[in-house]
Amino acid sequence: MHIIENGNAAAALGVKLCRASVIAAYPITPQTPLTEKLSEYVERGDMKAEYIPVESEHSALAVCIAASSAGARVFTATSANGLLYMHEQVQWASGARLPIVMCVVNRAVGAPWNIWNDQQDSISQRDTGWIQIYCADHQQIIDTVIKAYWIAEKVSIPIMVCYDGYILSHTFMPFDLPDQEKVDAFLPPFKPDYALRPEEPANLNTVTLPDVRMDVHGELAHSYMEIRYLLQEELRTTLAVAADAEKRFAEIFGRCGDPYIESYRCDDADHVAIGLGSLTYQLRVSVDALRKEGIKVGVMGVRFYRPFPDEAIASALKGKKTIIVFEKALSYGYEGALTSDLKSALYEHLAGTGNLPSVQNFIVGIGGREIRTDDLTQMFRTATLGRVSREPTWIGLKL
Amino acid sequence: MQVKTTILSLPTEEFVHPGTRACTGCGLAIAYRVGLKALGKDTMLVVPPSCLTVLQGLFPVASTKLPCLNVTFASTAAAATGILATLKTQGNSHTTVAAWAGDGGTSDIGLQALSGAAERGDNFIYFCYDNEGYMNTGAQRSGTTPIGAITANTPFKGKLQQKKDVPAIMAAHKLSYVAACSAAYPLDLYDKIKNCLHLPGTKYFHIHIPCPPGWGYDPRYGIKIGRLAVETGYYDLYEIVNGEFKLTAASEKLVEKRKLVPVHEYFRTQSRFRLLTDSQIADIQQKIDEKWAGYYNKDE
Repeated sequence: MHIIENGNAAAALGVKLCRASVIAAYPITPQTPLTEKLSEYVERGDMKAEYIPVESEHSALAVCIAASSAGARVFTATSANGLLYMHEQVQWASGARLPIVMCVVNRAVGAPWNIWNDQQDSISQRDTGWIQIYCADHQQIIDTVIKAYWIAEKVSIPIMVCYDGYILSHTFMPFDLPDQEKVDAFLPPFKPDYALRPEEPANLNTVTLPDVRMDVHGELAHSYMEIRYLLQEELRTTLAVAADAEKRFAEIFGRCGDPYIESYRCDDADHVAIGLGSLTYQLRVSVDALRKEGIKVGVMGVRFYRPFPDEAIASALKGKKTIIVFEKALSYGYEGALTSDLKSALYEHLAGTGNLPSVQNFIVGIGGREIRTDDLTQMFRTATLGRVSREPTWIGLKL
Repeated sequence: MQVKTTILSLPTEEFVHPGTRACTGCGLAIAYRVGLKALGKDTMLVVPPSCLTVLQGLFPVASTKLPCLNVTFASTAAAATGILATLKTQGNSHTTVAAWAGDGGTSDIGLQALSGAAERGDNFIYFCYDNEGYMNTGAQRSGTTPIGAITANTPFKGKLQQKKDVPAIMAAHKLSYVAACSAAYPLDLYDKIKNCLHLPGTKYFHIHIPCPPGWGYDPRYGIKIGRLAVETGYYDLYEIVNGEFKLTAASEKLVEKRKLVPVHEYFRTQSRFRLLTDSQIADIQQKIDEKWAGYYNKDE
């Protein structure tokens, strides 16, 4: 069924369809309409779940961590400083290998205060051991939430479903609302290998030592380093699991795409723009404009950001002349995080082949600064002519 | 009606394996052992980093026989809420959820989450075992360290501020049950747990825990010192049931006796109080006497 709703509602509908049974959230703009919607579903009885109105984001994820440890399918959502306030719990959730799904409605982080969109919040959580998926429209938001539960529960690793505040969260767009029966067919009930319960006592997340120790049967058990190694290993194999998810999703819902990247007019392009989220759809307008001028350009959206699909990205960019990375966040003191990741992937897979493209980095829309399509087109055009700067170039800056 | 348990009627089933990693003479080991007996087998535990994390042992061996979730320092009460929420979705209303946190994990870093859960009225029992400092990290001051006590970060002057009254803060949340207990009176703790199990919402227990390395005394004197804290009227055993305050056990008997042991008898047993001057002690004694005059008045 096609409906017209905002991005936050798309996320809430996805969570409802997935039958999450414990939801905990704390209000922060622009996430609030999403969690308000869920509290409505629960209070009205449309959704059989416990909705916990916690007193902080730290507690929101604490509730999810504990509820998930006890075997519930859980959900939370946040933005900006809320996500940063959770940071300790974010690390805990992945270390404890819990399949939590959390929407991050991207917003700038303070100081100074700014409630508008950029992606510094989720980018700052890049190295926490979570899977990160970025959405570019409302259909992707609802579909990604559904796929996220399937992937997270397969690999026991939590997932952040990231989408741009306001640009997606508060705008209305038509999208297909999947049927409940189809979602049920795609996503079976959550049955973890072990859930904390009185009938089968266990002590979870106890203190580990630097080295391995024997258990009571005299067998050597994993210690911290092994547990962390397995998280990394299984994050890398998650790339294959994501491809499976895409395939299964296509079989049931009849729509699919590349699980990692979303390319637009890239096949014969010499110059490719890359970014995360809704920005890459805006860049399609620039691509069309530049194509009319005869410049062979394309744009690629990175959907799966962690684990980083380095091979898929490098092979898609092989032989391109210029890669222009547009980012709404950066690793302060260096450059955009995606730019560094991309350079690393290109170096790993294309160094010495003579196919190594040049990479340029543009910073846009920090703190919600308006991103004018004309400016994007102009910078894109300039970048195709040669390197603008060694340092990241800020677009729309008014110094 | 209150049930009075004796050492002979205490259940023999143990939920803490012998040979824990607690320090010799640890008051928590007593309170935890007896507390778990009262909570029983159908219980799920939540524990933040604290002395109890150490007591429970190092992966992959654990000393607690009940399911236990170790959580981050500030999140104890919220985690208890999370477990409770899952139990509700499973239609399980019989399992007790119990959180055990230290005084730092309760009165300082964990207070926000605890207040949140108490305000929501989430149905679990929260135990604050109060050894009056961050003993697990080497005996630094906490919100519940008493005035005058030397700690690792109040080394030359002792703590200059009053002990934070956490049970009073929790009572202000209008809980169905708030209790103050002591490891030196484990049967009082046992009975209180049993008596509050059926009450709705969040239940709060504050347990005074003598700590040999943190307080500076020979481990064999832990119970004596815990009792002296009560007999001097310095630390009171009580419960607040639906807003009704009542002294219990030894503290209740003190009202009948009308005779408190002078508080310096308590202070002189522990090296952490060695900087207390006579005038400071007199000041503390006066405050104790005023508090007890109130108790006597109520009794008349």
